[in-house]
Amino acid sequence: MSQEGNMDSRPKPDSESTRREAFVKLGIGAACLAGAGAAVFGFEFLSPNVLYEASPIANAGKPDRYPVGSVTQDLKTGIYVIHGPEGFYALSAVCTHLGCLTAWNADLGIVACPCHGSKFNELGEKIDGPAPRGLPWLRVWLSDEGDLMVDRSATTLPKQFLRT
Amino acid sequence: MAQTLKTYISGLQSTRAWRSIFRGGSGANNLRRSMAVQQNVFLHLASVKISRKSLSFRATWFLGTLSLGTFLILATTGILLMLYYHPSVPQAYADMKDLQFVVSAGVFLRNLHRWSAHAMVFLVFAHMFKVFYRGAYRSPREFNWVVGVMLLIVTLLLSYTGYLLPWDQLAFWAITVGSNLMSSVPVLGQKFRFLMLGGNTVNANALLRFYVLHCVILPVAAALLLAIHFWRIRKDGGLYTGPGDSNE
Repeated sequence: MSQEGNMDSRPKPDSESTRREAFVKLGIGAACLAGAGAAVFGFEFLSPNVLYEASPIANAGKPDRYPVGSVTQDLKTGIYVIHGPEGFYALSAVCTHLGCLTAWNADLGIVACPCHGSKFNELGEKIDGPAPRGLPWLRVWLSDEGDLMVDRSATTLPKQFLRT
Repeated sequence: MAQTLKTYISGLQSTRAWRSIFRGGSGANNLRRSMAVQQNVFLHLASVKISRKSLSFRATWFLGTLSLGTFLILATTGILLMLYYHPSVPQAYADMKDLQFVVSAGVFLRNLHRWSAHAMVFLVFAHMFKVFYRGAYRSPREFNWVVGVMLLIVTLLLSYTGYLLPWDQLAFWAITVGSNLMSSVPVLGQKFRFLMLGGNTVNANALLRFYVLHCVILPVAAALLLAIHFWRIRKDGGLYTGPGDSNE
């Protein structure tokens, strides 16, 4: 093969550069696709599909455990079961500010948060402090066995009393 | 005696094993001295020559070196603490108590880790202020300032993730409050919190995630950023030595 023939068989510089550009684009595209796939895969992997957390539904026992005018806190489930003059209701004991567990102060008759000083009354209404809103009211019902049940994941409108 | 030691060392340096590890070796002339630095994987991050001024207390108050010192203490004591600590929910608190009352020298290692952690946060901030008020962040050292900011963030994240590991009331509520702060990020906040905790509450998943972040991911990130940070000092012409710096 002569030197001249060899030169002719080589592709022209223009077409060579466009082919190279096409391969670069293909490579960048493939890398972007792989990156997006890895992001989706990583997000899915990091979100647990099964949680071994406590059930949101709590059994608060027989209603006659709670005398009229009592506020009872269950530290384990983070709820208040309150037997007011109009009936039973339950409040979340988790502060609406940053999630600390509040405590019932019987002497002052208020719910107080130890972290940043928010205060609520026995109806869960905000009295004071950095909390943006009052304590949520939780759905309360009587089970077939006559136990008081509270769903911590279901909030209701305030002043929904349960009469037994 | 000194003479014998010197001849012994120079004899050692001329052995085939020494030469194969350290190549050029040290001493003799400037070329061999610079080769000793360049051919060592750890030393090559630093410059071959530095100004006497940059070594003075005035220039840096040694704050960067002290930060590195606390990091090394934390890595060493942290690895030792890992030998007695299980990141699982009933066990973590008991292991922390065991380290304090049962394990030989456990209380020393735990306190050394704790106090060094506080000292590191303080020293990193002090280092940053010193660099800022001397104007050492200016050209050509802007990028090293950015690396330094990343190192500050990694330091704070290490401090935050380590806070949960004793699994006591203080730890639990601090992370509850901290993760709820995160959930106030617009739109993605709740999702971030869920991914960070691996659930809806501070629980076993959260403890394990914080443990992996604290013991693997963040220290590796810190080590990589430290290597870049030190190498950039050399690339930017050494430490800033004040007005009239050769690179100004």
